[in-house]
Amino acid sequence: MCEYYCAFAGTNGKDMARALKDCDIKPRINIEEADGISFAVSCRHCREPLCVKGCITGALGMDGTVITIDKDRCVGCYTCITLCPYGAISASGDGAVQKCELCVSTSEGIPACVRGCPNGAIVYEERA
Amino acid sequence: MKKYVIIGNSAAGIGAVEGIRRIDAKGEITVITNEPYHTYSRPLISYLLLGKVTEEKMKYRADSFYDEHGCKLVHETAALIDSAAKQVILSKGSRIPYDKLLAATGSLAVIPPFEGLGTVKDKTTFMSLDDAKKLDKMLGADKHVLIVGAGLIGLKCAEGIIKKAARITVLDIASGILPNILDDGGAKLVLRYLKSKGIVFALNAKIKRFDGNNAVLESEDKINFDILVLASGVRPNTALLDKIADIKRGILINERSETSAPDIYAAGDCAEALDVSSGKSRVMALLPNAYMQGECAGINMAGGDKIFDKAIPMNAVGFFGLHIVTAGSYDGEVYEEGTDGTDGDKTGEVRYKRLFYKDNALNGYILIGDVEKAGIYTSLIRERTPLDTIDFPLICEKPGLMAFTQNERSAKLGGINT
Ligand SMILES: Cc1cc2nc3c(=O)[nH]c(=O)nc-3n(C[C@H](O)[C@H](O)[C@H](O)COP(=O)(O)OP(=O)(O)OC[C@H]3O[C@@H](n4cnc5c(N)ncnc54)[C@H](O)[C@@H]3O)c2cc1C
Repeated sequence: MCEYYCAFAGTNGKDMARALKDCDIKPRINIEEADGISFAVSCRHCREPLCVKGCITGALGMDGTVITIDKDRCVGCYTCITLCPYGAISASGDGAVQKCELCVSTSEGIPACVRGCPNGAIVYEERA
Repeated sequence: MKKYVIIGNSAAGIGAVEGIRRIDAKGEITVITNEPYHTYSRPLISYLLLGKVTEEKMKYRADSFYDEHGCKLVHETAALIDSAAKQVILSKGSRIPYDKLLAATGSLAVIPPFEGLGTVKDKTTFMSLDDAKKLDKMLGADKHVLIVGAGLIGLKCAEGIIKKAARITVLDIASGILPNILDDGGAKLVLRYLKSKGIVFALNAKIKRFDGNNAVLESEDKINFDILVLASGVRPNTALLDKIADIKRGILINERSETSAPDIYAAGDCAEALDVSSGKSRVMALLPNAYMQGECAGINMAGGDKIFDKAIPMNAVGFFGLHIVTAGSYDGEVYEEGTDGTDGDKTGEVRYKRLFYKDNALNGYILIGDVEKAGIYTSLIRERTPLDTIDFPLICEKPGLMAFTQNERSAKLGGINT
């Protein structure tokens, strides 16, 4: 579900089913599963972010503690994909990369994946 | 108040400014540069020619950067370092005193001493924004461009100008392309791909001399051209620290980015440091290493305590939409998937994967086409993760956090039950 909520949050649409109909969705949160285990991985917003430090154009940056991507300045070289130890940055299909930005500009305060998770398994909290 | 002087206004220099300001909000920072620009992203010069970015968008940091970081930018060449007096002497004679100095002077193009090079009218290297502008002026729909050097810089140049020239020939003395980045199989595959995009190659070709618009080869064959791009290699720009600090190929630095000379640091393309993937000292002329070594230098210059001991060679580069990601050294046993480039499908998906491992550690990898989650492999190399602590066969097939133990995963993802 979170993958769908995430993809939907990126569309600015009103109706999820309609917005994502026949779409090959490109969520910024990703479920890994095998043998009955599954977990969701999205950007950890590292304190010492390799992606930001390594970004060759300056498109990746910090907005407070949130790691953001300025798609206009990203040329899609994938250096950040090469650096992220969590595999949390991916190609977006439009040339630039995409990553979780905690819904700072799209959703009301709480990330869409958190609001949408039926089991309350994704939480949004500060960690020391 | 401490005085910091940084020579070089590119990735390593900017990393140092940001590093210093993490520790010291007040100290006086002077950045010296001999390029007449705001800090810009050097790798974007080919994208500028391609029309994918504008000069404005090439800026590596916002216009407000120097103001916000309280630093002074001096557009002049640093001519000499007087390490006894702790001063940098500029080309017009003025002296800038320092308490801590960083050399972030980058790379220089290596131009082989070809006979007759002086007879070639339109020629350039491809290292800077000025080079790109110069080349852009020479280009035209009827021009034949000869690029000497089939490495990253030569091939990025070829991609950048493909629509602005009639014909592009890339020449190299070696038999393959991207020798510093790819193995034979990968190089063949990428070569085939680049040929399919219209680039002409002259490999195994040794230039004997130039004669005006002709390159005369050892074989006595001639290649006629209008514009010559010299991209056959780079070397660390170490001259300022000659006889001041220890230099091998690059200026030798330790994991704190210190040189052998007191209060003098070095970072980026001009420096040589330990590559943890091979255990050898190397120049790793890549932007992420430049930034991180620079940041590390800055923090230490300001009195902080920072160790950057995770440097590895690494490349993320795309040509005409084909992505290539590599890291580490290609040493050890090989896990392979994908074709070796001899039966590559021109229309379908290109996919090539090689993982190199030895002594229970991943040393390097090459991914072409599908590069998803490559950073998980990079981190195995950088952290020297013992492969018997993870599900290695699983991760070979598909990079993911699933291959780690539950405890490891919880630690990484911040779960509660660790
Ligand atoms: C065409 C091209 C494509 C590239 N693509 C990639 C890529 O995709 N990924 C990647 O990781 N890397 C890439 N690189 C390499 C990358 O640009 C370098 O690793 C990076 O710029 C190194 O940063 P630096 O700060 O060490 O040095 P540089 O960027 O070389 O900057 C050094 C600066 O110091 C100045 N300087 C030198 N001496 C003096 C002096 N005496 N006085 C004043 N100023 C001085 C120079 O003029 C220069 O401005 C590419 C390079 C080129 C040329």
